[in-house]
Amino acid sequence: MKNSNKNNIEKNTTKKPIIVGLCLIALGCIIYIFLGLNIEGYANFRLSRPTDPFALPNLILPAHSFIGISALLIVFFGGRIIMKAPKKFTMFIALSFFLTIAAFLVWATAGKSFSLTGMLQATVVRAVPIALAAMAGIMCERVAVINIGIEGMLLAGAFAGALFGSIFGNFFGLILAILVGGFFGFILAALVVTFRVDQIIAGVAINIFVLGITSFLTSHLLKSNPELNDAPVFKSINLPILSDIPVLGPVFFKQNIFVYFSIFIVIISTYYLFKTAYGLRARAVGEHPKAAETLGISVLKTRFHHVIMGGMIAGFGGAWFTLGSVGRFDEGMTGGRGFIGLAAMIFGRWHPVGALFAALIFGFADSLQQKLAILRTPIPSEFLAMAPYLVTIIVVAGIVGNAKPPQAIGQAYVKEN
Amino acid sequence: MKIFNYLGNYFSNRETFQEIIVIPVFATLLAIFLGLLLLIVSGSSNEIALKALIALFYGSFGSLSAISETLTAATPLIFAALGIAIGFRAGLFNIGAEGQIILGGMAAVIIGFSFQLPFFIHLILILLAGALFGALYAFISGWLKATTGAHEVITTIMLNLIAYRLLDFFLRIPSVQKEGRNDPISKSILDTAELPRILYFLDPNLRVHMGFLIAIFAVLIVYWLIFYTTIGYEFRAVGKNLEASRYGGISPSVTIILAMSIAGLLAGLAGASQIAGVLGRATPGFSAGIGFDAIAVALLGRAHPIGVLFAGILFGALIAGGRQMQVSADVSLDLITVIQALIIIFIAAPVLIRKLFPWIFK
Repeated sequence: MKNSNKNNIEKNTTKKPIIVGLCLIALGCIIYIFLGLNIEGYANFRLSRPTDPFALPNLILPAHSFIGISALLIVFFGGRIIMKAPKKFTMFIALSFFLTIAAFLVWATAGKSFSLTGMLQATVVRAVPIALAAMAGIMCERVAVINIGIEGMLLAGAFAGALFGSIFGNFFGLILAILVGGFFGFILAALVVTFRVDQIIAGVAINIFVLGITSFLTSHLLKSNPELNDAPVFKSINLPILSDIPVLGPVFFKQNIFVYFSIFIVIISTYYLFKTAYGLRARAVGEHPKAAETLGISVLKTRFHHVIMGGMIAGFGGAWFTLGSVGRFDEGMTGGRGFIGLAAMIFGRWHPVGALFAALIFGFADSLQQKLAILRTPIPSEFLAMAPYLVTIIVVAGIVGNAKPPQAIGQAYVKEN
Repeated sequence: MKIFNYLGNYFSNRETFQEIIVIPVFATLLAIFLGLLLLIVSGSSNEIALKALIALFYGSFGSLSAISETLTAATPLIFAALGIAIGFRAGLFNIGAEGQIILGGMAAVIIGFSFQLPFFIHLILILLAGALFGALYAFISGWLKATTGAHEVITTIMLNLIAYRLLDFFLRIPSVQKEGRNDPISKSILDTAELPRILYFLDPNLRVHMGFLIAIFAVLIVYWLIFYTTIGYEFRAVGKNLEASRYGGISPSVTIILAMSIAGLLAGLAGASQIAGVLGRATPGFSAGIGFDAIAVALLGRAHPIGVLFAGILFGALIAGGRQMQVSADVSLDLITVIQALIIIFIAAPVLIRKLFPWIFK
């Protein structure tokens, strides 16, 4: 774990294009055989409601030919990668991925109608906790602290949001959820920065602790006092004019404050990390703590501050689960979103904007399972529910080899006298 | 008798004695104390806290049946924690024991109810199936780590979540689901596949089963594997320094995959022994967080097989006592989870314990 070269255990770059190409060709064939055969009719995607000020017509695609063309294009990309063996073929993989999803959606919708805008709206909503978890991860990992405990911090934020939201109203509930997240950030920082506990073990301990204590308090406090688990939810705010834009309006501008604040946090943290002196210092601490210390930056203080900040962001993300959606807390309701957020962070290469887009992909997978249940596909719902987790594994496995974490990641810093 | 020699050497040194005995004991006591404090803070009266404490001890070591419950709860923990300990030795953090237990348990259930076999063969087969499926499931993470560098913590957690869904799906397959039931519950395994209860002759209700003996055997095997074989040496070398071991002629990829698979094999055995020895069938959540408790056990046991054995029994005691606590003081079992997390924190940060009790560590 303390090895800096853990990401390139084995290097085999020469065979890669052929393997990837063959995989894509196989994918194309599988898509055509499993989705394209025996399908007919049209897939009807609704883009706006008839009542909208600027209603768009529905998007109608012939199922068989759309799937056939997608499969063909994927095979073509695969063949091209094998023939040309280009150095970078991420673009082709991304396109194939997109086509696969599109073909799948068309297959599921064939002969029915499906609200595409509703799906995209759900995507953005579902991306919020993942994006915030990723931001929390970035704050910590940029100063070289691995924060596996984000899942626990989300859960703590969700619990605090529900409990304090029920008592003091949603605004103070949100503030207290952020503070509780920050508190666990402080605990993590104390463990890994001051006591130099193995960062992953400390994170896992925080996860288990929060899972235990929130479940305990749920069964001891909330079950007997249901009024303590009934927080007022933040209503969605329609931005004037912007929310009337077809498709984009409902997706981005008819949301609650969590969506707006997530985008705000992404912008602020990008500016902070890459345009301010403090951000530069933080990154220096993550890349080369010794050099940073020589320049008069306090490594330990910087790490402490950023881990607490990360915890606060995670607390805010956790509040989404209760104050931003259902208002009540259930045991273990975060369902691995914290870890998916870490995968989004890796996918986004430790950059807030990249992580946001990655979170949108995960949010898409997350909303896919929810919306596809309505379409009654022959796929069992349990398998649809696996989608976000499978995407996470694919992303972490496919991307991580190329992505470089901050140099000093995972290493405790011992100050020299 | 090498073990005793080894322990003797350990205890002759004051530092390691503190490290291996005193700190874990204090960590456990402190964690239990804080857990009870939490109980009082969350609104329970002092009497209930006292009752809970008594129940915790009485339910774990207070009677023969309590001890039997402790050992029953300890069995899967020891199996799974041995796997995690091997992972630690090879520098891998296997959080996926929970998923591997589920896969092992599912395989065991299938073998358990679908074949008519003679007693001993059926038993062997059910354990092998559990071990195989646990190993295959862990192999995925090991293989991904070795070939792409995907961090095992994230992949194993995702595989855990996938395993839960797989189990939900599995329990609704018509040929698996118990006849005449609408809720997700599998058919019961046949009598020939059950692990016999070892204290049957004393009292048929004592649940401790042969799995516990197999777990002790597994402790010895893993001890031998880690410290007396080339594979074990390679595990430790890769865990200490991956680059150096590569220059030493060890293939880190193969070692990582192997360590992960063996970890999964042991976790799968935990699942199978739980099915064949205690539950007899699978239900959603039959894994009951054993995979996560096992992480704490492996840490508490310092990733050493003998340590894991004792830590496993301690955690089994916590679980058995926790159940008693639930019955007689109406305290939720989640309190035990809090105590376990605190134990991990105190064990991982021995400085904390040393600072809190300075007079012991002079």
